[in-house]
Amino acid sequence: MKHILEVKNLRREFKEFTAVDGVDFFVEKGGFFSILGPSGCGKTTLLRMISGFQEESSGEILINGESMKGVPPEKRPVNIVFQNLALFPMMNVEENVAFGLKRENVSKEDIAKRVKKMLKRVGLEGYEKKKVTELSGGQRQRVAIARSLVLKPKILLLDEPLGALDRKLREHMKVELKLLQREIGTTFIYITHDQSEALVMSDKVAVMNKGILEQIDTPQNLYKNPKTAFVASFVGESNSFDVKSYENDTIVTENGWTISKKGLDFVPTKLFVRPEAFIINPDDDMDSIETTKIKIKTVLFDGANTKLAAIINQSGDEVLISLPQNAQFEDLKVGDVIKIGVHFDDLKCYKD
Amino acid sequence: MKKSKYVFYVLLVPVLLWLITLIVLPHIELFLSSFRFETDEGEKIISLANYMAFFSDEIYWRTFLNTAVYSISITFLAFLVTFPVAFYISKVVAKKYSSFLTLLLLIPIWIGELVTIYGWMILLGDNGVINNFLISIGLIDTPIEMLYTDFSMTIGLLYMSMLFMIVPIVSTLESLDDSLIEAASDLGASKWTIFTKIIIPHSMPGITSGGIIVFMLVIGDYVAPNLLGGKSSLWFTEQIYNKFLATFNWNEGAAFGFLLLILSSAIIWLALRASGQKLERVGS
Repeated sequence: MKHILEVKNLRREFKEFTAVDGVDFFVEKGGFFSILGPSGCGKTTLLRMISGFQEESSGEILINGESMKGVPPEKRPVNIVFQNLALFPMMNVEENVAFGLKRENVSKEDIAKRVKKMLKRVGLEGYEKKKVTELSGGQRQRVAIARSLVLKPKILLLDEPLGALDRKLREHMKVELKLLQREIGTTFIYITHDQSEALVMSDKVAVMNKGILEQIDTPQNLYKNPKTAFVASFVGESNSFDVKSYENDTIVTENGWTISKKGLDFVPTKLFVRPEAFIINPDDDMDSIETTKIKIKTVLFDGANTKLAAIINQSGDEVLISLPQNAQFEDLKVGDVIKIGVHFDDLKCYKD
Repeated sequence: MKKSKYVFYVLLVPVLLWLITLIVLPHIELFLSSFRFETDEGEKIISLANYMAFFSDEIYWRTFLNTAVYSISITFLAFLVTFPVAFYISKVVAKKYSSFLTLLLLIPIWIGELVTIYGWMILLGDNGVINNFLISIGLIDTPIEMLYTDFSMTIGLLYMSMLFMIVPIVSTLESLDDSLIEAASDLGASKWTIFTKIIIPHSMPGITSGGIIVFMLVIGDYVAPNLLGGKSSLWFTEQIYNKFLATFNWNEGAAFGFLLLILSSAIIWLALRASGQKLERVGS
């Protein structure tokens, strides 16, 4: 596989802080790559460096094997879909989409043909003469994407473009973006703070925190085997426990849970358990599980996503436990004390 | 509901008083007197003779034409000079300084037109600062004639009207989202294309309203052409002044005043038509 984008030890320092602190990664051609991180983690700076709007302090960016050092944004084979879309309000839909082509000295007939084709592809046929201010949020989104894609960029950068949409439309656009990317085969690099967007759409996700990439992996691996405490807490829901001690293959948590965990070559400080990893009332003869007692505090009903909030070991610390989707535990009540278990493999230990 | 209506009328009274006593009534009086004409026999009649004088005597309509051409050029010049400044204030410099810089621009207005014009006279005169400096460094031997020329008049008119171009342009530019400029650049546009296709169209309402104000101020100005202009640069307002105060022909002066109003409004209307702008959009 060829790497369409390679980023080598990229750094960007500002006066008071380092926004991007030595980042290495590559993106495969035709992939859907997401950079996921909380706001202020440096992901927008990273994107602006790839697009050329911000100069790197050190390091290198290669697009299709060519160094982008000193290449201005208008000369780079990448296009951005901006967070606020940045459609040109003084132009109609057609003129917006044709804007980039006109700069490339494409013939008039060609421009008309390509614009028409692109608008058809994003489902905006017949909207050519509409003002962009007359469009709905989703339609504006599509114009912005069409405007970039019509230039056939090597890479399309998307800077949280779904942020401004309402939840329903966002869910819909997620699927649509993924399908569009599959269909046209352009490499997408998607910046977001929304883990669900990243997990649903991407082939690979890089989790960014405080200027560094914590983990680059497939969405499945990211969820199942987070490499760092940050990834475990940021991607998906997790119950986190502070570790008090680790001696003789036994972890004792701050809230008094004693767990045997073999073969750790470091002293963990944090323990994470996903809400769905808990087994309610496990059979006594089950192997390789660790159990404890909890007292149910509330039942958080949310359809298929119903959870229990419970107190562990009278410590006052709360844990969230997913309920299986069958009606097996419907009769659990507030105040019940039940036994829960976790498989050894689902206990994720980290050192800060 | 009742109370707010009451407040509305109370607040309306001073506005109406202002408008009627200071603007509407004098205009009606001037309008009526512009049609009054005294024949050679001393008979007072109502006629269009005052207006006809403008068209029949070449000096009048030529002066007006001259004034109009100059005003249009100065308006355009004001745009050329102020746009980079407005761009700098609103887009280049940090936000915290931009209001301070705008405030600095207001200073000439505080001082007043007459004083600033005397200032320019000190600078531009034959024995003025600029000529003295050029002679002292040996660049020239005899003073360059700058004062009482079209040049000095243009500078004076530009100086006193510039601000009214900057302020509306700054406010439209401030509303221009920087990401539009970045998006255009990302799509391959050169700096020139960004300027002509994004920045200018966006600031068009500001440019137009600035243009209208500057044009009206310049074409209706009396002080700068009178004090800084030469013998050849006769301004139409000077003609009106002469009618009122030199020849005491108030009726013809009134007619000329209305002609100035009508003709300059017509020029603005034509300019708006030609540039495809609408007056309603200019206000925003």
